[in-house]
Amino acid sequence: MTLATSPGGTAEESARLAAPRTGHPGGFRPRHLLRALPAALRKLGPRHQARNPVLFVVWAGSALATGFAVAQPSAFTILVTAWLWFTVLFAALAEAVAEDRGKAQAASLRRAATRVTARRLRPGGGEDRVPGVSLRVGDHVVVETGETIPGDGDVVEGIATVDESAITGESAPVIRESGGDRCAVTGGTTVLSDRIVVRITSRPGESFVDRMIALVEGASRQRTPNEVALTILLSTLTVIFLLAVVTLQPMARYSGGTQPVIALTALLVCLIPTTIAALLSAIGIAGMDRLVRRNVLAMSGRAVEAAGDVSTLLLDKTGTITYGNRSATELVPVGGTDPAVLAEAAWLASLGDGTPEGRSIVELVAREYPRLATAEPGGEVVAFSAQTRMSGLDTDGRWVRKGAADAVAAWVAGHGGTVPAETGRVADEIGRQGGTPLVVAELARGVAVVRGVVRLSDVVKPGMRERFARLRAMGIRTVMVTGDNPLTAAAIAGQAGVDDHLAEAKPEDKLALIRSEQEGGRLVAMTGDGTNDAPALAAADVGVAMNTGTSAAKEAGNMVDLDSDPTKLIEIVAIGKQLLITRGALTTFSIANDLAKYFAILPAMFAGIHPQLGALNIMGLATPQSAILSAVIFNALVIVALIPLALRGVRYRPSSARALLRRNLLVYGVGGLVTPFAGIWLIDLLVRLVPGIG
Amino acid sequence: MSDFWAGAVQLALLAGALAAVYRPFGDYLARVYTSDRHWRAERALYRLLRVDPDSQQRWPTYALSILAFSFVSIAALYLLQRLQPVLPLNFGRGAVEPAMAFNTAVSFVTNTNWQSYSPEQVLGHTVQLAGLTVQNFLSAAVGMAVAIVLVRGFTLRSAERLGNFWVDLTRGTLRVLLPLSFAAAVLLVALGVVQSLRSGVTVTGPDGTRSTLALAPAASQEAIKELGTNGGGIFNANSAHPFENPTVWTNLAENFLLLVIPVSLTRTFGTLVGDRRQGTVLLTVMGVLWSAMLAVAWWAETHPNGPAALLAGASLEGKEQRFGIGLSVLWATSTTGTSTGAVSAMHDSFSGLGGAVPLGNMLLGEVTPGGVGAGLYGVLVLAIIAMFLAGLMVGRTPEYLSKKLGRREVTCAAVALLTMPTVVLLGTGATMLMPGELAAALTNAGPHGLSEVLYAYASAGNNNGSAFAGLTATSDWFQASLAVAMLAGRFVPIVAVLCLAGSLATQRKVPETPGTLPTASPLFGSLLTGTIVLVAALTFVPALALGPLAEALA
Repeated sequence: MTLATSPGGTAEESARLAAPRTGHPGGFRPRHLLRALPAALRKLGPRHQARNPVLFVVWAGSALATGFAVAQPSAFTILVTAWLWFTVLFAALAEAVAEDRGKAQAASLRRAATRVTARRLRPGGGEDRVPGVSLRVGDHVVVETGETIPGDGDVVEGIATVDESAITGESAPVIRESGGDRCAVTGGTTVLSDRIVVRITSRPGESFVDRMIALVEGASRQRTPNEVALTILLSTLTVIFLLAVVTLQPMARYSGGTQPVIALTALLVCLIPTTIAALLSAIGIAGMDRLVRRNVLAMSGRAVEAAGDVSTLLLDKTGTITYGNRSATELVPVGGTDPAVLAEAAWLASLGDGTPEGRSIVELVAREYPRLATAEPGGEVVAFSAQTRMSGLDTDGRWVRKGAADAVAAWVAGHGGTVPAETGRVADEIGRQGGTPLVVAELARGVAVVRGVVRLSDVVKPGMRERFARLRAMGIRTVMVTGDNPLTAAAIAGQAGVDDHLAEAKPEDKLALIRSEQEGGRLVAMTGDGTNDAPALAAADVGVAMNTGTSAAKEAGNMVDLDSDPTKLIEIVAIGKQLLITRGALTTFSIANDLAKYFAILPAMFAGIHPQLGALNIMGLATPQSAILSAVIFNALVIVALIPLALRGVRYRPSSARALLRRNLLVYGVGGLVTPFAGIWLIDLLVRLVPGIG
Repeated sequence: MSDFWAGAVQLALLAGALAAVYRPFGDYLARVYTSDRHWRAERALYRLLRVDPDSQQRWPTYALSILAFSFVSIAALYLLQRLQPVLPLNFGRGAVEPAMAFNTAVSFVTNTNWQSYSPEQVLGHTVQLAGLTVQNFLSAAVGMAVAIVLVRGFTLRSAERLGNFWVDLTRGTLRVLLPLSFAAAVLLVALGVVQSLRSGVTVTGPDGTRSTLALAPAASQEAIKELGTNGGGIFNANSAHPFENPTVWTNLAENFLLLVIPVSLTRTFGTLVGDRRQGTVLLTVMGVLWSAMLAVAWWAETHPNGPAALLAGASLEGKEQRFGIGLSVLWATSTTGTSTGAVSAMHDSFSGLGGAVPLGNMLLGEVTPGGVGAGLYGVLVLAIIAMFLAGLMVGRTPEYLSKKLGRREVTCAAVALLTMPTVVLLGTGATMLMPGELAAALTNAGPHGLSEVLYAYASAGNNNGSAFAGLTATSDWFQASLAVAMLAGRFVPIVAVLCLAGSLATQRKVPETPGTLPTASPLFGSLLTGTIVLVAALTFVPALALGPLAEALA
């Protein structure tokens, strides 16, 4: 990204806006905890806590312990109570830190969005100056150089360069014009030149920027289906442990040792899955945040989750798998022509050709014959036309042409030349291999001769084959969609290493393909930008619209890529998976922790009744009080310790499901069993020094 | 033959017999529940019951059918006991008192077969034959039907209707349980099990005293008692009684009978879902847990710590003296690993650790290999929980056997999972709050007393029915609370499992890709085993610490 070149007055602001998204990719500093503390404290009310059943039990337990500590104050009761409250606080802190990271971006965005004044056109002519927030769908507004576009909409009149850095962080201006696929403009962006009339397409408060603000702040967060299911499982575990602890008291009483309420509360809080419950919403917010940092805007968390489940990826060939334009990659002489002669002819024929193909021929020759390319021939440019299907250059005594094989052949024949049979063979061969042949011919000394054939190829972007192989390992099938003929399509598909391809595809074919994949139970992801992509985008489970695309496309998809980079789909899938893995891994960790806590707390509670149970104190914890307190402290601290992991997401490398599970079970399952033994033991070494505990 | 070898030989014969019938019998069961053809006898029955055998039910209708059928059964069984004085073959035994009759009715309909009565003194042959034996068949057929419906949930696609309860019930009874029980009863009679309608036989002992030995139609009930994992003995001593279990051969046959359906149902499962390895992995998990439990009990009982037991070389109190330690622990592991509950050795007399095995088998949720049908649906519920976490950990919406595990599936599985701990912990905890009840019921104080109460509620909540002995559970509190435990422990999971099946059946299949976590793998087997053990351990460790654990460490 180049920030310095941004013209107009918004450069500074856009630099500030863009910075947190890209310059600071998910880093976490301890001071973030401090900054989020006030927000965390505000979350401690019972109403907020009741939203999470596990944390509500902790909250209620802390309240109960407080009453107990007031009634029977001692170092033990006060410390345990304090640490129970810390547990609640740390859980709130985790959520607050995650939300805080989006706040800075949101604030800048909001500034850009709210202070705009719109020039609304009256239906009968003339205009009113109204606040941007009062615009309605269908209003027409006029925006001129230096003004900010007041809301999302389509350009209905005029053409303008627009600075979209406030949204995309990309400072190079883009062109927006009425009609076609480049008509959509976003509220909060700035017109750099010219004048356009925009028809507003979003209601106030629901514009792109508004949605982005809500998203990065975590305000519009709704629980995703998997999150709901996980919450049910966590609640079930909480009920089981609640039962286990509540019924323990009568059993303990029967056994001759009624337990203090505070010890039972401590046991309960340690057993219920507080770790994952505390981090659950932070994981969700951070997952969304990771997407936003990659300049992808998801309309719902559900879409992000669906991305993790995607099993078929539809990729447009052009711009995604290949570079957008065909370029010259080879010069094939025919009829015994000297390669240098062919190169010169091709170069001459392309000098006046401004198309990307023409420029690529010039570049190819300049690269391979540097001496040739320095000459400055004069002459008259023959432009390409639909009738001639050729272009070229006429200089004194030398006419050169390049173009479609049959057109050039006709030209050569018309000028008394013969076309060697070899030409057709070479051209066909190039076509078969996925390229486009351009025949180069020359009229010199009154006779036309074919010099050779230029191969124009779709150049597959580097690294695509590896990316598709990784996707395959993840269980995702890639399907390349292209308007090319089947021959060309097959050749490119082979080069890129996609699993399947759809040639001569019309938008309806895309839709049909999505439907048929979904019939088989597969989830489909695709990218698109044009209005004719909208039905397919809407039908796909994950539809990523390009920000350069039309409003219709953006409305239809459930994500928008602000960088308009179609390959980002691959990253989106990875982020979706990472989100789920982080939840699963931390749940496993949380549950596995319980074993060690039993070994700490049960002997502490019951060694007085049955001395033989002291044998369970394998950590050698000093006293019953220190054992219980250490377990509670560990339980609270582990939340803070895992906040960075929750925000960053667990490491994800595309590999088979089996390998992923084995790794995560080892790290978070076995690790979760072992870690608390060490942690509680270490904390006990410190806690035992406190008077009244050790 | 030494005691160890006696046990080892019987274990080998048992494993060999099970392995021999596993495939054919498992596949036969699959055909029973998928065949389109109705037997003539079945059609007659359907006409009588006014059932259209080709109509299918949605899960709520299926569940209501089970509930209605079961509650009618309870009422009928209750009345039968209350009306005993007017029934033939009652040998002067009067009406069963209401609390006991209710408890017994619930016990046999829920496939628990907890017996708070002494059969020889309380029940005549009519109640035994027309009441208890009938329920032994029907409750087992209900269990199998529920398991099959859950399997259908996995195999059906975009379906609302899951089958017809009356058809499944009829087929399970007529095509599986009746013929097998008949053959088994004939075999048992041949091996010396009593089958008699007389009340008893008077014998003169070596010292000249005359006494009456009770007789009963034992063989016919014994066969279905084991085959249907029911476990209610026709004699008070249950399978330790020489008229029920006279020789090592009947011991082997009965042990085989009580394992054969739960074990073979894993094959049925694999066959029906179209991937036999899925069944094999479940069987392996069950087998590993069963073997581990057996090994612990065997070791514990042959390594005693009391002076008398040390002198004898093993802990012989309460053991099946005719068969020795090996066969005693083998039976104990099988009878509690399935939800049978027929006892031969007295679990109460096991050592602390050895006694924790029968208890542990039940607290694992009766999945090693569990009751008829109940074992399979129990282990599938745990598999769903395990796959939910595992699925998240591989970064996809969790799925099992190509069906997604979403909110509804997890909720149903959670309810099914939650029921047993709730019943067991609340029952035990509440009882512990009643010193009067405890004083009257317990023969042992201290941790062993706690173990006895915990065992009773674990047995009722898991529909096992075995007794730890030592607990007199005839007070109104125990009769009523254990009956509630049996009802909740049976029907709440059944409804939850049917709801789960209904939810799974409506789904389409998710195609398998390299991103799918394979479940026919050792990794999944370990994961499932770990989940089963961890769920039980985390739930019951505090209670176990004050009971068996305190005993074992003493």
